[in-house]
Amino acid sequence: MESILLSLSGGLLEAFQPLNLLMIVIGCVVGLFIGAMPGLGSVNGVAILLPITFLVPPNAAIMFLAAIYYGAMYGGAISSITLGIPGASTAVATVFDGRPLAIAGKADQALTAAAIASFVGGTVSVVLFTLFAPPLADFALRFGPPEEFALMVLAFATFIGLGGDDIPKTIFSILIGLVLATIGLDIISGRPRLIFFDISGFMHGINFLVLAIGIYGIGEMLWTLEQTEGNVIVHKVNMSWRAFLTNLGHVKYYIKTTILGSILGYFVGTLPAAGATPASLMSYGLAKTFSKDPESFGKGNVAGVAAPEAANNAASTGSMLPMITLGIPGSPTTAILLGGMIIWGLRPGPLLFTEHPDFVWGLIGSLYVANAFTVLINLAFIPLFVRVLTMPFTVLAPIIFVLCVVGGYAPSQTMHDVWLMLLFGVAGYLLRKLNYPVAPAVLAIVLGPLAEQSFRQSLLGSQGEVWIFFERPISATCIAIAAALVLYPVLRGLRKPAKAQA
Amino acid sequence: MRRAEIVTAVLMAAFSIYLMWKSAELPVGWIPDEGPGGGAFSFWLSAMMLVCCVWIAINWVRRASPPSRSDAPFMDSFARNKFVLVGGGVTAMIGLVHFVGMYGAIPAFLVYYLRFLGRHSWLTTLAIALGAPVVTFFFFDVALRIVLPKGYLEPLFYPLYDIFL
Repeated sequence: MESILLSLSGGLLEAFQPLNLLMIVIGCVVGLFIGAMPGLGSVNGVAILLPITFLVPPNAAIMFLAAIYYGAMYGGAISSITLGIPGASTAVATVFDGRPLAIAGKADQALTAAAIASFVGGTVSVVLFTLFAPPLADFALRFGPPEEFALMVLAFATFIGLGGDDIPKTIFSILIGLVLATIGLDIISGRPRLIFFDISGFMHGINFLVLAIGIYGIGEMLWTLEQTEGNVIVHKVNMSWRAFLTNLGHVKYYIKTTILGSILGYFVGTLPAAGATPASLMSYGLAKTFSKDPESFGKGNVAGVAAPEAANNAASTGSMLPMITLGIPGSPTTAILLGGMIIWGLRPGPLLFTEHPDFVWGLIGSLYVANAFTVLINLAFIPLFVRVLTMPFTVLAPIIFVLCVVGGYAPSQTMHDVWLMLLFGVAGYLLRKLNYPVAPAVLAIVLGPLAEQSFRQSLLGSQGEVWIFFERPISATCIAIAAALVLYPVLRGLRKPAKAQA
Repeated sequence: MRRAEIVTAVLMAAFSIYLMWKSAELPVGWIPDEGPGGGAFSFWLSAMMLVCCVWIAINWVRRASPPSRSDAPFMDSFARNKFVLVGGGVTAMIGLVHFVGMYGAIPAFLVYYLRFLGRHSWLTTLAIALGAPVVTFFFFDVALRIVLPKGYLEPLFYPLYDIFL
């Protein structure tokens, strides 16, 4: 415990370095903005802005990106309440009660509750993170290649079992991500493979950012442009000190659901396929079930705003736990952060704690700092963010397209990658229209090289015996849970085909 | 929607077969005492992709997935227009980079989008279209030292290189 506090204070000092602090504050503001804009979520922001972090050292870069992630969770509530459109999928549940409150002229009450709940969610989850991460990393140090591989299989299986999308399409999405990751030089024999039409651009492989920016930049913009027809009405927000203090007094009505939602959100967030959106929906449902007045939910109950907001913030922190300790991202956004760490020359996984303690603890420290800054910036500038929301999408969209093209060029500096990014963006958009989930592919292209390496290393170690994955207790457990996760929905689907036809 | 679903499944199946064939350029079998060959990972993953496509097709026949039951068009005229105008614009921008570089293509795209698709005033349009490349230049070329492609406009940048790089 003492060593944790010592490391944490070191991390906080790191986060207060002038450059790092500046990056955190900018990240919070950018995140709030990205979260508030309908059509843009944390994953889009992190994917599109990752290339510009090459300017600063990795420590500052990860703090910046984590702050964006964090800020976006706060920001999503702003448009959910004032526009009635979720700023990101993670803020869907906030609309249920936030919208009725805004219509009733109590937008300020809803926004204050959202900000405070987000702060509580953030604080609870960061404390849980600080307590859980070191022992988990310690435990994970015992993992060899078979355990690493089994864990990745488990991560993919959660998408199939818990993702809730069409099963063959989910599996297809995972597989195509993994295959795209194998393009380039074979890591063991050193021979080129999958060099389509002998185009030399494929020799250096496909950078995960090309796929991530394509899907979450170009594809997402095309998707949003199609979805947002017609005009939106912005609800007025009247904020004054007196109203703020009264609203602050309302905390007692929702503090219990908020803390419950935070803890729930944190643990749901650690699961790769679950994350902030289901966590916020579950938290909303839980708040309603345990409420003394469930009837008022959906008609403007402040607790209905607080519960999902606490959960989505807690989930964003939760999803960083497996990323930092095991090297398995807990959400699409952390998958991109993980890919960023590889670009910066860090090997994600349990060794990070011993090899780069300043990086890990700096990140943890920055979460505390970002949490405090975001709530302050959020409360102070709510009127400003509401005004920003009236900015027409026809200004934002072309700027994002330009950022995508430049950002797609920056990592490898070839036009080949820019064309590929466009191809992925368009293909991702078209496939998404047919219910193909895109997040598993992004996770797979990040984990692909690591998965193949650990798979082949395991087999080299066992002289080609596949049983190695089943002989070792930890990997066998992971594989068994993964198998159950895959088989359960498949069997359920086979059992009732009649319902599908109805 | 229903037709698009099966067409996509067939296209993806063909792509899977192509990937399998391409992976087979490297050994895909078991090398004794060593494990799978270099192409095995991608070969078997592609084979599983093919299985998924067959599965999607079976669901299509059974009408078990939402798109296979939907009679709505894959893209209505609004979506198609948006897609052609915006997607085409982005494609043209990337194509232009090869000739006039990023700094020619970016303003051209922004003018096209802001003025002709967004119907903003010329003042807004020009402010953004001319401001964006300046910011980009100082960020990427100067601060990050990532020299963006200039195409045939390269000579115009020599004086700027002398000052800033």
